[in-house]
Amino acid sequence: MLKTSPFHPRTSALVRAQTWRRWAGYQMASAYDPHPDREYAAIRNAAALIDVSPLYKYRITGPGAARLLDRMITRDMAKLKAGQVYYTPWCDAEGKVIDDGTVTRLSESAYRLTSADSSLRWLHLNAVGLSVEIEDISERTAALSIQGPLSRDILSRATGADLASLKYFRMIETAVRGIPVAVSRTGYTGDLGYEIWVDAARAVPLWDALIEAGTPFGVTPAGVWALDIARIEAGLIMMDVDYFSSHHALIEARKSSPYEINLGWAVSPDKGPFNGRRALAAERARGAAWGFVGLEISWDSFERLFAARGLPPQISNVAWRVSVPVYKDGRQVGYATSGCWSPLLKKSLALAHLRAPHFKPGSPVKVEVTVEHRRELADAVVRKLPFFDPERKKA
Amino acid sequence: MSRERYDAIVIGGGHNGLVAAAYLARAGRKTLVLERRPMIGGAAVTEEVFPGFKFSVFSYVVSLLRPEIIRDLDLPKHGLQILPLESTVTPLENGDYLASWSDPDETRRELCRHSPRDADAAVVFGRLMHHMAMAVRPILGMVPPDPASLSPRDLAGLLKLGGHFRSLGPERFHALHKLMTMSSADYLDEWFEFDALKATKSASGIIGTFLGPRSPGSAYVLLHHYMGEIDGAFRAWGFQKGGTGAISDSIAGAARAHGAEIRTGAGVERVLVKNGRATGVALSSGEEIAASLVVSGLDPRLTFTRLVDPKELPGPLVEGIRRYKFRGSSGKVNLALSGLPNFTCMPGEGPHLRGAMSISPSIEYLERAYDDAKYGEFSRHPYMDIVIPSMIDPGMAPPGKHVMSIFVQYAPYAVNGGWTDAKREAFGDAVVKTLARYAPNIESLILHRQVLTPHDIERITGLTEGNIFQGELALQQLFFLRPVPEWAKYRTPIHGYWQCGAGTHPGGGIMGASGRLAALEMLRGSS
Repeated sequence: MLKTSPFHPRTSALVRAQTWRRWAGYQMASAYDPHPDREYAAIRNAAALIDVSPLYKYRITGPGAARLLDRMITRDMAKLKAGQVYYTPWCDAEGKVIDDGTVTRLSESAYRLTSADSSLRWLHLNAVGLSVEIEDISERTAALSIQGPLSRDILSRATGADLASLKYFRMIETAVRGIPVAVSRTGYTGDLGYEIWVDAARAVPLWDALIEAGTPFGVTPAGVWALDIARIEAGLIMMDVDYFSSHHALIEARKSSPYEINLGWAVSPDKGPFNGRRALAAERARGAAWGFVGLEISWDSFERLFAARGLPPQISNVAWRVSVPVYKDGRQVGYATSGCWSPLLKKSLALAHLRAPHFKPGSPVKVEVTVEHRRELADAVVRKLPFFDPERKKA
Repeated sequence: MSRERYDAIVIGGGHNGLVAAAYLARAGRKTLVLERRPMIGGAAVTEEVFPGFKFSVFSYVVSLLRPEIIRDLDLPKHGLQILPLESTVTPLENGDYLASWSDPDETRRELCRHSPRDADAAVVFGRLMHHMAMAVRPILGMVPPDPASLSPRDLAGLLKLGGHFRSLGPERFHALHKLMTMSSADYLDEWFEFDALKATKSASGIIGTFLGPRSPGSAYVLLHHYMGEIDGAFRAWGFQKGGTGAISDSIAGAARAHGAEIRTGAGVERVLVKNGRATGVALSSGEEIAASLVVSGLDPRLTFTRLVDPKELPGPLVEGIRRYKFRGSSGKVNLALSGLPNFTCMPGEGPHLRGAMSISPSIEYLERAYDDAKYGEFSRHPYMDIVIPSMIDPGMAPPGKHVMSIFVQYAPYAVNGGWTDAKREAFGDAVVKTLARYAPNIESLILHRQVLTPHDIERITGLTEGNIFQGELALQQLFFLRPVPEWAKYRTPIHGYWQCGAGTHPGGGIMGASGRLAALEMLRGSS
């Protein structure tokens, strides 16, 4: 049997079309409605409630906790203040990305790490010689994401806390109807939003409280399909979709460095020793071989390809996750790994790996599209990520 | 001498002999297979041991059968149909269990119950073993080059191999070196902490070999079993519809379709040799049949010291064959059951009964089982690999009834005082009693019990000392050393006399690679 989330008693009653999917060994809703349009709209227009409990979560405490995380991640732990959250990748000794996630400094010497894949063994391998305690709290801790322009109003009402002063990538501890929760201003949508961390045993009452507080604001439970569109618009990568964990990659060519997946900004080369430092310094010096960028597929070109077959352009309301070749001057220069039609931007978007030097913003490329059983090439332009970056995200 | 004359005679209708015959016939050679028993298959036979109950009497699961053979001979057309064997469940002594399911998420969740770290490690370990199997795979499909030889072909082969190993990169090369030299227990200790997991994984490292999990060299056997692939996926094990005899039948079907003749009840007494050249065979009946090529699918001891007069062979070769280790170490218990066993750790019917149940609760358990064997006794508490084929293929038993196949280790060939009927039954009792610790109702279900010791395996199939691999899969008798250096390329010193059994590279299991490579060598040599 697959695992079910602590919110399952509530979410399972809402999945109208039995559209379930797997996420890290859990059975999760792809969408509650038969299609995700309304759920996606809630993320950008009101507020969506998204169950993100399948994330792996670890509590790391003790005098060596900061050292352990500093060895592991590419960002500088010395600069992480209590109540602050980092988004960061971590690498193997060759500087290839194993996973990406968040590190939250809960207090002076307590941290929470979230990851897409199980990281317990990797934490232990890196903890050798350090006085540190590593607890896998994945199943004990439920996580609920509330995302969208009205998320602050709803959460302020539910917690009574001063969320206006909670800055982007900061965390506070508060309570919802007496249920202790940690609230971080983080998310996977690129919008104003929060993630709420709660004891799994109290997940259901938390859900009920947020639905009740949020209903006047149009809060809408949303599934993975809606989240997937939002994260592509926000240019946020997904492990084993947009890049392969170096722990999973069967061949070297499938591995990526942080520089190759647009996470160079999260590498602090000048901090103390960390996994992959030497390799990353060398790569920085010579320049990354690949860039990870956005592609905006020309609507006119797309429409023409369909018109040539007597068809209107066909777009899906679900994001795609297959590798698609990208060409320049008749030669393949890379591949796109996920993409979607953005209902908000009214553009066809993709996330792509392109070889140097073809990843400069504004460069014209061509993307393979299949039109009526035939492979065609649509015009596209390289864009800097994210595609969508509203002021409210950080304001 | 009968008038009929053949291009090639294959001695022994085991699966390697049949594969060799099929390839020879496919190349247009007039080929005859001679099998002593009334049925073909060797150790891959299905027999109705008890009315209505069919057993894969000896070899019982399949994974290693080479995909190129399946394609070349179009075996599915001739009846090959492999059904999935999806899980392995190890009952533990405390009443709990360790399960590995076909679904990775379910397996991960199960492993997390015992050790979350091992669950993480299993992913990385699986990837490494995949690479190791990839690294060794080309070797399975090549005639082993002799590193001591300077012939252009050997050098070319070595060069190819060297290039291949260099391309592995240091991490994988080191891992391969460790696998080649370490014990499976030590190797698995580097990865895992949960004892039952290590024990169950290491069990594949001892199968058919007179080694314990703590004996150096057992890690390689582990890899040998990892190399099995079904439809391109490594580490996949399956069950042939109708039992392993149906695999032999499918190969025989392909051989016949290409024009090969197969005679059963035709035991070969000796190979006829004239002026250092094989000219045919003499049957036990006295009949003589002429052929320009004779290939033995029997094991090295029979091939070199029984079918031909050792006087025809160089002394060092005969000496090498005498030193070649068989030491059968496993037995088989086949049960006809009136119903399903009820395992304490997973009561009632369930998916676990469609997979393997492994009696391997700890490394120490396995090592103690080996200790008994080291000093000439069968294990009082043996390692057992149990499947219920009738759960996967209902045709194996009458409706509602079942057949159970129990592979048992250790049962030494050279048991103290020799194998007697009484000792065989005592061995069968030890197996059932051990199983009853985990499935208490087993004794009340038994309608019929067939117990096979290495002595019985030798008596029935001819396999020397009852070794199921035609000789141990130990490093000193693998690759260019199998069965002996200089004669590891399927030839023998007698012109026109060849070997194609599992006693040649790459060795045991229902793999067929020896038969194929031998046939290709013979065709190369004669064209």
